[in-house]
Amino acid sequence: MSLIEITEVRKSFGSTEVLKGINLDVEPGEVIAIIGKSGSGKSTLLRCINGLETINNGSISVAGAQFIDDELHLKALRLKVGMIFQQFNLFPHLTVGGNVILSQTVVKKTPRPEAETMARKMLERVGLGHKFDAYPDELSGGQQQRVAIARALAMQPIALLCDEITSALDPELVSEVLAVVRELATEGMTLLMVTHEMKFARDVCSRVVFMHQGRVHEIGPPEGVFANPKTPELRQFLGVH
Amino acid sequence: MIEFTTWDIIRNLLLATRWTVLLSLVSFVGGGTAGLLLLFLRISKRKALRGFARYYIELFQGTPLLMQLFIAFFGLGLFGIDVPAWLAAGLALILWTASFLAEIWRGCVEAVAKGQWEASASLGMGRFQQMRYIILPQALKVAIPPTVGFSVQVVKGTALTSIIGFVELSKAGTVVTNATFQPFTIYGLVALIYFALCWPLSKSSQILERKLNVAHRNH
Repeated sequence: MSLIEITEVRKSFGSTEVLKGINLDVEPGEVIAIIGKSGSGKSTLLRCINGLETINNGSISVAGAQFIDDELHLKALRLKVGMIFQQFNLFPHLTVGGNVILSQTVVKKTPRPEAETMARKMLERVGLGHKFDAYPDELSGGQQQRVAIARALAMQPIALLCDEITSALDPELVSEVLAVVRELATEGMTLLMVTHEMKFARDVCSRVVFMHQGRVHEIGPPEGVFANPKTPELRQFLGVH
Repeated sequence: MIEFTTWDIIRNLLLATRWTVLLSLVSFVGGGTAGLLLLFLRISKRKALRGFARYYIELFQGTPLLMQLFIAFFGLGLFGIDVPAWLAAGLALILWTASFLAEIWRGCVEAVAKGQWEASASLGMGRFQQMRYIILPQALKVAIPPTVGFSVQVVKGTALTSIIGFVELSKAGTVVTNATFQPFTIYGLVALIYFALCWPLSKSSQILERKLNVAHRNH
């Protein structure tokens, strides 16, 4: 059984159909890059997987848990998949440590000392142990994004969804975030990432999904997709002729 | 004819000011509590609750406070319920204050970036936890200046309760005027006392606004 099973998922905003029947199975430990033009539905697909958007049709299940739109099921689902956003979305009124501790104590009811130990461990893992008491606005974009990763990891998810996590960063800060993601990948974390970092996708990912007009247009290992694109749309997207 | 010394006048007005202050406090605290409840309804996921809060707010903001006082005082009397002036005054002011505070606070909640809702949701927090730990602490900073500013409106709103016979500062002013025949002096003093109550509030609202803006940690 696959870890994440996406079957015939359809999603519309009003009369516009954004996802037109998506099928995708993700095995444990896979790193999947979702690429495509803006408006192709790649972010929407990611947001559907952890219930930030409700789907109109089809089914999504994560480690056997079906996506059902009520607070209890959503919570169960979200404990399994963490999400990292383009805009970091750290909680500005809490310290870095507080950001990583809060959801553990509030959602998982972990006792505070344990949550703090976990928070320090995760911050250490992304190389920011020394920023425990800093506030988010005292950090650079790259550091904030690494805190966001630590915050998601502290919930011990079985998969991480990354929604263009380097797109809001200055070019010189991209690599520090990607280095963390690369490490997660080698440690066997299941990752689904919407990204524009083609080189990274080529180096790290096990499979690349090219989305076009709400459908999975082409899918395969990065060597195949990048070196030998089959469809004209993908060729155009990659700029090879 | 009895002569009143200036001290007599001022003393009587100040004694009545106690009731203005008390009524303001009750309205503000009561209205704040009811307003918070109303805020939760207003931003609820359930359509019916949202609708109720919206109509409540529109009703109380769209009718004069004076009419609300009349209805609370005379209207309930028609049904054989004897409402003392202080109760009608307190009740009407609480309901009126709640409608304004709820709407002010809704704006503040909506000022919190949408990403904060999404991030906290993706960490598994329920709606109440999101409000309690993420949204309200951030909305609070934005809310303090307009809330303190609105308290000035509450203080001035209490003056209307004199019409249904609640003896606070304005009513005391009328009573004293009737005895002394010096309306200009008396109402001048009454105005000064109101000013002394309201000015520090609006001033502190301004100061808070500047302070919280500087310390605004959002960006």
